[in-house]
Amino acid sequence: MKVGVVTFPGTLDDVDAARAIRIGGHEAVSLWHGDHDLKGVDAVVLPGGFSYGDYLRCGAISRFAPVMTEVVAAANGGLPVLGICNGFQILCESHLLPGALIRNDHMKFVCRDQRLRIENASTPWTSAYSHGAEITIALKNGEGGFVADEATLDMLEAEGRVVARYLDVNPNGSMRDIAGVTNERGNVVGLMPHPEHAVEELTGSGTDGLGFFTSFLEQAASV
Amino acid sequence: MPVVVVDVMPKPEILDPQGKAVQGALPRLGFAGVSDVRQGKRFELTVEEVTDEVLAQVAKMAETLLSNPVIENFTVRVETTSEIVAGANA
Repeated sequence: MKVGVVTFPGTLDDVDAARAIRIGGHEAVSLWHGDHDLKGVDAVVLPGGFSYGDYLRCGAISRFAPVMTEVVAAANGGLPVLGICNGFQILCESHLLPGALIRNDHMKFVCRDQRLRIENASTPWTSAYSHGAEITIALKNGEGGFVADEATLDMLEAEGRVVARYLDVNPNGSMRDIAGVTNERGNVVGLMPHPEHAVEELTGSGTDGLGFFTSFLEQAASV
Repeated sequence: MPVVVVDVMPKPEILDPQGKAVQGALPRLGFAGVSDVRQGKRFELTVEEVTDEVLAQVAKMAETLLSNPVIENFTVRVETTSEIVAGANA
């Protein structure tokens, strides 16, 4: 499968994301923020970083990049899209996902190995995990506090759209310990921690993040 | 030329860590009596003229780009140049 990785000005983790995609058994295709087409990819990853310098609000400018017009249209058509960290912020600003990410409640940038529980293992990005699987991957953000109104939070819980939840500590003040959510259709996933940094034994906290990049293959194989 | 001001503030129910940090710093500097601080953004848009159509356009800009309606409220108002200058010198 061909998985596109979008690079915006200020993106940091595109190379790691592409590497994780290759280790996961797929072909990584570079997409540029100024592109008007998705080069025929089967899925898209919006990687982490500080696109457009986080000016205005994190993800607010990126949302209007030419490539995002294509990503939003394709996502609404069912294309699997994973937004990690800044990518999650961009998906919220694009209204592909509910809620928003605000500055960490303790005001400090946080960087730690974070334990998570996978609570929705039926998205194209999480099907390699079992429901309730506990994983440890890197978390690094300054504005990772997930917020939404109570009605939206209740809806997300009721519809099983909380993809991952923080365990042990809530690192950034996210409401109801939410680390990741999905859209109504289940094809768009936003996640604050970084699975792409946990795909090899050599570096990072282990290989717990690899499932995000192999789920897709398993799902494709089962079709 | 007329200036249209858009003030963007975090919604009351949304935690404002920056405002909280400022509030925490005030007593340390000897400023007492401030029970809450909320931090927002102010945009000054210089326009050719102020018409209902222009104000409607600015409201649209505020809703689309300048604010995130999920977490922020905004207000649009017209300010004269003299007010801006006075504000800058105050």
